[in-house]
Amino acid sequence: MSSALLEIDGLTKRFGGVTAVDGCSFSVPAGTVTALVGPNGSGKTTAFNLITGYMRPDAGRIRFAGASVSRPDPTRLARRGLTRTFQQARIFPDLTLVQNMVAALQQPWHALLRRAVRSHEQARALELLEEFGLARLSEERAGNLSYGQKKLLEFAAVLMADPQLVLLDEPTAGVNPVLVEQIERRIRELNERGLTFLVVEHNMNLVMRLCDPIVVLDHGTKLAEGPPTAVRNDPRVLDAYLGG
Amino acid sequence: MSRAAAFGLARGAAFAGAGIAFPFVFSTAWIVNIGVLTLMYAALATAWNLFSGYTGYITLGQIAFFGLGAYSLGITFEHFGAGSGYNPFYALPLVGAGVAIASIPVAWIALRTRHMTFAIVTLTLLFVVQQLAFNLHSLTKGSTGLMLPTPSFPISSYDTPFYLAMLALTLLALGLCWLTLRSKLGLMLLAIREDEEKARGVGIRVTGAKLVAWSLMVWITAMVGGVWAYYLTFIYPESSVDPLVMIGAVLMTFLGGRGTLWGPTIGALVLVPAQQYMITKLGASQLYLVGYAAVFMVVLLVLPRGILPSLRSGADALRERRRTHRKRVARQGAPA
Repeated sequence: MSSALLEIDGLTKRFGGVTAVDGCSFSVPAGTVTALVGPNGSGKTTAFNLITGYMRPDAGRIRFAGASVSRPDPTRLARRGLTRTFQQARIFPDLTLVQNMVAALQQPWHALLRRAVRSHEQARALELLEEFGLARLSEERAGNLSYGQKKLLEFAAVLMADPQLVLLDEPTAGVNPVLVEQIERRIRELNERGLTFLVVEHNMNLVMRLCDPIVVLDHGTKLAEGPPTAVRNDPRVLDAYLGG
Repeated sequence: MSRAAAFGLARGAAFAGAGIAFPFVFSTAWIVNIGVLTLMYAALATAWNLFSGYTGYITLGQIAFFGLGAYSLGITFEHFGAGSGYNPFYALPLVGAGVAIASIPVAWIALRTRHMTFAIVTLTLLFVVQQLAFNLHSLTKGSTGLMLPTPSFPISSYDTPFYLAMLALTLLALGLCWLTLRSKLGLMLLAIREDEEKARGVGIRVTGAKLVAWSLMVWITAMVGGVWAYYLTFIYPESSVDPLVMIGAVLMTFLGGRGTLWGPTIGALVLVPAQQYMITKLGASQLYLVGYAAVFMVVLLVLPRGILPSLRSGADALRERRRTHRKRVARQGAPA
């Protein structure tokens, strides 16, 4: 296994009396599609929010690409190559698809007064939209898309800035089977090109097919971590999922 | 250049041409005076729109910087005797820039809040500046008011230089809005208005973008305040930081269309002459405020998005109906 792109060590987050993430440690090896699974309320989304800087952890360390992230901030992390999608697809509804894509290109300060969408940026956006089957809607208002299409657009947009690690929060939730297949294919292709993923997903068939390693959370702590076959047969995992 | 850009420039040139010709065609002093006020509101509302309209951060404290601009110019010329005539106009960009730079730390703190909280936090700035004007007596002469040098313009065309200065500021504000909407900055601001958390997630430097828009708003606002102070040559705390001016500018933006380029100017062109008419009809009493309230109600009921967006979607609907009509005619064959 190659070196870790993302390392989480002792991550903890309390909400009042509830400890949502409790001393959680795991790592995402570079070049993998790592899954983060667990029953509802096991702290997966909170862990995502902590890793991407949307919430401040009460304790714990995060290392990304060999450097420690002392004060996680979404903007700075995105600019370092760590980006995410949301459980409920979040896009800019009043902007067109192309504008949504170009808005996700991380601009330096001196580019502030350049044209909003320059021709090479438009070309890059269209190329990615084509891959996601959205090119014919490129000038459409993003708010007019179906839910599944919004998920695709959000996924496509985070790729605009060539990230190193993409965190996908339930990429196939509420999406029809054809789109699920398309999303799976995209993840595989991008992974073959060297992109690393950390995926929260409830569709266990998909997780078993696609992801290696798998990290299992329960009550905010890591229950198991390893390849699909090992995790599938781990008695503690079965226990957490099937109750007992 | 694209067709849309060419149309935009032509529209701006037509507005500028009509604006420049106006005081020479209607040279009566009271008409030019209404022109000065109309353009003052147009510039203020356009500047407000550049920040609040595009970012969605509604501020009610813009007029604090109008007052700061007015007093900065007044104090500069009163205490340091820097001449009169056209000189104060030349000093304006610097005075405005000074106020804008001074406002950045305040904005940086205020921008840590959102929505209603941001509106209220910035509203307090208005009262802070007013209290400072009352109490920093050695600088502002407090409630006595501050006299500025009276410019030596000929009586017959006394208002014209002020009119042209306000026109220049309106055009500057419109030009900055136009450039912003076409640029990456505009795209970032719109993304922030739509979903700021998501904007951060894709790596947009949200605070920086908001501060740039804020500074542009304050820069223009302070310059407008400076022209206004020089026009009246006498300023005091209640008049230079007047919540009614703030409400007027916001109302005009809502009437014309928030987040559009021309909306605030259209709102000012409609409301300021109407307001002046009501003031002369109803006397100095503030009964015209009832008219304001009525306009607000009508806007909320009939044009919740403002004149321009409503006209635009009306035109789109009409075009759509024509298209389906043509299709139906084509399907059924030409009517006999």
